Amino acid sequence: MLNGIWAFMILAGIVWAALHGNIAAVTQGLLSSAADAVSLCVTMLGVVSMWNGILKIGERSGLIDQLAGRMGPVLRFLFPRLPEDHPARRSIAVNMIANVLGLGWAATPAGLQAMKELAQLEEKRQPEIRSGAASREMCTFLIINISSLQLIPVNMIAYRSQYGSAAPTAIIGPAAAATAVSTLTAVVFCRIMDRRSR
Amino acid sequence: MKVILYLSDYIIPFVIFYIVAFGMLMRRPVYDDFAEGAKEGAKTVFGILPTLIGLMTGVGVLRTSGLLDAVSGALGRWTQAAGLAPQLLPVAIVKLFSSGAATGLALDIFKNYGPDSPLGLAVSLMLSSTETVFYTMSIYYLSVNVKKTRYTLPGALLATAAGIAASIFLAGRM
Repeated sequence: MLNGIWAFMILAGIVWAALHGNIAAVTQGLLSSAADAVSLCVTMLGVVSMWNGILKIGERSGLIDQLAGRMGPVLRFLFPRLPEDHPARRSIAVNMIANVLGLGWAATPAGLQAMKELAQLEEKRQPEIRSGAASREMCTFLIINISSLQLIPVNMIAYRSQYGSAAPTAIIGPAAAATAVSTLTAVVFCRIMDRRSR
Repeated sequence: MKVILYLSDYIIPFVIFYIVAFGMLMRRPVYDDFAEGAKEGAKTVFGILPTLIGLMTGVGVLRTSGLLDAVSGALGRWTQAAGLAPQLLPVAIVKLFSSGAATGLALDIFKNYGPDSPLGLAVSLMLSSTETVFYTMSIYYLSVNVKKTRYTLPGALLATAAGIAASIFLAGRM
């Protein structure tokens, strides 16, 4: 997908510039953008490494597991038909906690595991229908996941500080509020759809 | 709004305190763990450097050619009615497919208007409160061979739209 987007940016940009006499500016733009990327990475190197180090402490000390264990009531509300002792519960909990903390590398494997377990559950429920259709739990899980759960947008803070923001972290509170709005919308939508398709 | 802005100042020190204290309670070698995590973080940043160069170069071409302004200008009439700045629409659309490309466009806004400008704040919040809808859906559903995604896409797009609306509303009050 990115291949198409990127090729479009380069090719369409160059054709447009040629038609509008901006070719010299494009050459300048190419060179300065490449240099900008490197100086941005230098800023990110500090912020992202620091944050990653802190989160590693949380991971190693069992904090994620502990928080995931407390997700019971939330999961019962979101997935009323998921059996209490089903292994997907744990994977979903770890995925959500990791997403909240901004641990992408821990979230994706747990999320894929959750999908696998939800698929097995659906096969057991309806062995006669092998239609390859998403179950209600899968829809809910993915919609919540895509609604974004991240509490602290570390990368965005690094970008802002690189571009000279007076208060790079000022966005944390409002970003958390916006994330809460999108997640609440997702939860309400999922609950309504869950009831309608019953 | 004041409480929300206070949260911005307090949350990072609080989270760091909580994690380090928790690590001490669990008798972990916290500094060793930190160093290991920081090393992984550094590797991650070095790993994204080439893609970042590619994406920022792509956006640089779009910008300097004048095409990005032309597109924003053409969209302006439609987006203004919806209360969306024309520069934000390309970011919102691209973010559905690729986080990296959307970041490239956001950095371009930072460069031209500044990260603390109304546009810069709105785009900061937008990218922090939305996910790559189509990319995430394809990765997760392909992994279990699901082809009928039922109400996942409408739900995901609705949540994303709510996040964008909230971002613009909140950015206007910062």
